[in-house]
Amino acid sequence: MTEELPPAGEDVVEAPPRPVMEPFRGQGRATLAVAAGGAVGAIARWAVGLGLPTLPGAFPLGTFLINVVGCAAIGALLVALTELRQAHPLLRPFLATGILGGFTTFSTFSVDSQHLLLGGHLALAVVYLAGTLVAAVAATWLGAATMRRLGR
Amino acid sequence: MTPLLVILGAVVGAPARYLTDRLVQSRHASGFPWGTFTVNVAGSFVLGLVAGATTSPAVTALVGTGFCGALTTYSTFGYETVQLARQGSPLLAACNAVGSVMAGLGAAGLGLAVGAVL
Repeated sequence: MTEELPPAGEDVVEAPPRPVMEPFRGQGRATLAVAAGGAVGAIARWAVGLGLPTLPGAFPLGTFLINVVGCAAIGALLVALTELRQAHPLLRPFLATGILGGFTTFSTFSVDSQHLLLGGHLALAVVYLAGTLVAAVAATWLGAATMRRLGR
Repeated sequence: MTPLLVILGAVVGAPARYLTDRLVQSRHASGFPWGTFTVNVAGSFVLGLVAGATTSPAVTALVGTGFCGALTTYSTFGYETVQLARQGSPLLAACNAVGSVMAGLGAAGLGLAVGAVL
């Protein structure tokens, strides 16, 4: 058995650390929890879309409600999980990042807005863009504030 | 069949968002939520691309509703915006809110245009 030895007088050079992998270390179970929650959230979003489909030139009510409700829920949930009690470390990836992240959508919001603009529905596009933003941020704040009040 | 495609897209899209966020947030020192910004703008572009290039219900369910829908998020965007404001950075909160919406809109438009050419 011949093993290559480093030339005399030279130190063995170890492989350099791979900092790019550092943020992923130990994230296996959390990543699976996010995937499972994401599937649940996405199916729920799809089901809402069946009941409230987005029609050309109309206000995308289904997506609007999904995003506003999802924001109210994440505000309340994250206050409960991070401020009020010691939660299991996988609850946040599953419920917040997974289910609520998979339920709400930014891409459909952007593309539907762009479709309204391209279709010449300028006023409706502005109402949808600004309306979702204001309602979603307000809902997040309201959800968080309500949970803080309840937890007191 | 459609729900299965949505699930298949989401089990890739949601973890991609989580891991992208961790990677991006480890690469800068500021308190700005660049991770969520990145996935939201990228997902808006890809969904525009899909919407512009195809009307196939299967591709729309898998890549659009499933992958792009789960890759992007309004809830985390809303939460991070409120957190920035609460932590004394209302200007950063406003920049995140308006900047994300404008960038997402632009990315969606670009995606639609490129998708229509393809």
